[in-house]
Amino acid sequence: MSPLAGFLLVAALLFSIGLAGALTRRNAILVLIGIELMLNAANLNFIAFWRYGPHPEALTGMMFAIFSIAVAAAEAAVGLGLVIAIYRHAHTADLDQMNRMKG
Amino acid sequence: MQESISFTPQLAASPIAGMLWLIPAVPIVAAGVAALLKQSGRKTAATLAIGAMSVSLLLSVAAFAHVAGLWFGGEAARETVNFTWIQVGAANVDLGWVLDPLSAVMLVMVSLVGLLIFIYSIGYMAQDQNFTRFFCFLSLFAGAMLGVVIANSLLLLFMSWELVGLTSYLLIGFWYQKPAAAAAAKKAFITTRVGDVFFLLGMVWLFAQTGTLLFYNHGAGSIEPGALAALLTHPAALGLTAAGAIGLLIFAGAAGKSGQVPLHVWLPDAMEGPTPVSALIHAATMVAAGVYLIARVYPLMQAGALTGGTTTALTVVTWVGASTAVFAALIAVAQNDIKRILAYSTVSQLGYMMAGLGMGGVAVGMFHLITHAFFKALLFMGAGSVIHGCHEEQDIRRMGGLKADMPVTFVTYTIGMLALCGFPILFSGFWSKDGILEAAQHWSVAKAPFYMLVFGALLTAFYMTRQVSYVFFGYWRGHKPAHESPSVMTLPLAVLAFFAMALGVIGTPAWPWFRAFLEGRAVGFDWRAFGEPGLLPLMGISIVVVFLGLGFGWTLYGDKTPKAEEPDALEKAVPPVWGWLHNRLYVDELYGVTVIAFYGWWAQVADWLDRRVWGGLVSAVAWVFALWARMNRFLDTNVVDGSFDKGCDELAAGGGLLARVQSGRVQTYLRILALAVVALAAILIWSSRA
Repeated sequence: MSPLAGFLLVAALLFSIGLAGALTRRNAILVLIGIELMLNAANLNFIAFWRYGPHPEALTGMMFAIFSIAVAAAEAAVGLGLVIAIYRHAHTADLDQMNRMKG
Repeated sequence: MQESISFTPQLAASPIAGMLWLIPAVPIVAAGVAALLKQSGRKTAATLAIGAMSVSLLLSVAAFAHVAGLWFGGEAARETVNFTWIQVGAANVDLGWVLDPLSAVMLVMVSLVGLLIFIYSIGYMAQDQNFTRFFCFLSLFAGAMLGVVIANSLLLLFMSWELVGLTSYLLIGFWYQKPAAAAAAKKAFITTRVGDVFFLLGMVWLFAQTGTLLFYNHGAGSIEPGALAALLTHPAALGLTAAGAIGLLIFAGAAGKSGQVPLHVWLPDAMEGPTPVSALIHAATMVAAGVYLIARVYPLMQAGALTGGTTTALTVVTWVGASTAVFAALIAVAQNDIKRILAYSTVSQLGYMMAGLGMGGVAVGMFHLITHAFFKALLFMGAGSVIHGCHEEQDIRRMGGLKADMPVTFVTYTIGMLALCGFPILFSGFWSKDGILEAAQHWSVAKAPFYMLVFGALLTAFYMTRQVSYVFFGYWRGHKPAHESPSVMTLPLAVLAFFAMALGVIGTPAWPWFRAFLEGRAVGFDWRAFGEPGLLPLMGISIVVVFLGLGFGWTLYGDKTPKAEEPDALEKAVPPVWGWLHNRLYVDELYGVTVIAFYGWWAQVADWLDRRVWGGLVSAVAWVFALWARMNRFLDTNVVDGSFDKGCDELAAGGGLLARVQSGRVQTYLRILALAVVALAAILIWSSRA
């Protein structure tokens, strides 16, 4: 097994754990954490493909990963802000009870 | 009948003629600024108004000097400045102004008398809280009146004429808290409007016939020979030519403004306004506007007259004028309100002016207009001074003996009164009235106007003697003692008194400068003019008549002064006559039972028509539509709605099905996403294998 396949397996495992967390947890904070895990699985893939790809000297994967982390940070801030606002409004962070925006 | 006036064709406009528009514009601007002032800006308002009027006076004097200079140089100048106001297709509506002897004389008179009255108003209105508003209106009036004077277009004249009417309304109703003042303002406005409708008709007709409303336009104006010849060939109804009919319509407008019978009823009521207003508008200037209008369109009135002959229009003017002169003088005999006597006297004198225009031409009527403006303004302002001194008392029965308390007012008032009576030689009224009597004596149509006017002169002397006896002689019958007015009021009186005497100089038969000036002829001083046949006997008659009137008045009233409650001397002598005269010959009552009753009845008919006929019609239409609407509703509920509702139900059911997917649970959405991704990945893998 090549090192690349190993990295990809770890990343896939990480993504699945994140997805499982995001789908099963009811607490909004824990769902956000699951999403962060999935994002980091993607970052891991960027780095892996760059490191073992045809042009490792071009630093493209690194750039992508840094962009992604910056976006994730911003997203986390917005997401947490929303969660806090909802919590203040509804006195709960349970996603199952936040079903008022249905069609 | 004078020979027709022959002016040299228009010269190019001189600088002063080009600036003529400033004369009315300056007071109007002053009025606009004064309108923006607060109530407390009293000094500013008065300064503005008087300053603007002084500028107008200076410009007027300059214009007059220019015209007089040309006249002394042997030229009769008529300078016009015209411009196009509206252009519709091929038709133009032109406006413009004219500087000729007629307008120059009027300009100086209006701005001089106006300025004196403005100054007088400072004293008279000193206690009034709406002082600023008063001066605003006064300025606006003066500007509008000066606009009437300079207008070279019947339309511009009409616009200024209406502005004058508006300000007259505003000033009569200045003390609008008094119901009588508000009613008088309305009456004046509506009564003059009756005449104005005819004026407007005449104007429109003239425009339709000649295509221009300019008076003088280098031979193309509406009252110049070319247009007049065309008007004369065009027949109108009742054997009149178009020129005659238009002349009569315009005269109806002039009769409304100048208080000629039967439209005189508003003028005595207009005395509800402040006294300076009565002096300015209802004695010296506005009411003279009608006379001025006739003088301005005189070629039209005169069109078609053969030498020594007259026209229908002028004959009507004469008869209306002469009747007004006697009619109003009769009423004035039996009035007790100091201003009302003067008001009827004004109506009577306006009748003289009209008769003078009708029989003797422009100069005869205009000379009486000018002299009358000065002495009647003097009389009104004197009356204002008396009212002021007697603590707002206007009933002459509650005055008396004022010659000691108010010496300046007494002397000046007496001068005005003698000028009005036509006291011989010294006073201007004698000469101007004699001019009219002389013209009446030579009138070819009838002798009756002459006798009417002589009788009017007798009455004038009589009622003025009665008034002066009541007010200034005898003993004081009021409550609080009277006092003399401040010098800001008496000074204008003195100036006017000077003119009331001195103006006669320019119109004596020996040196008829005024007439020659207006007609553009040269004139020399000639004593022998008195030797003309019939002139000295006529002057004799007029002198005898004046002394008869003064004598009658003095024997009945002089120095006796009954108690305030006691019946009048004339009332004791001939009660029924007194009753008729005291009640103003029942003209107002006559209008009450005819015109006003008719309008009341007509209004009721209209009301009935509105309620029953038109209202019923409208209700019927409404009912038909309501029925139609009901039918539509039935169709809607039972036919259209059924299918529509069905469609809606289907849509709602479909929507409900789709809405189930939108559960609002974020993790359900996420789950669907994840499944979709797995499915996509499966398809990808499976397809790459194949």
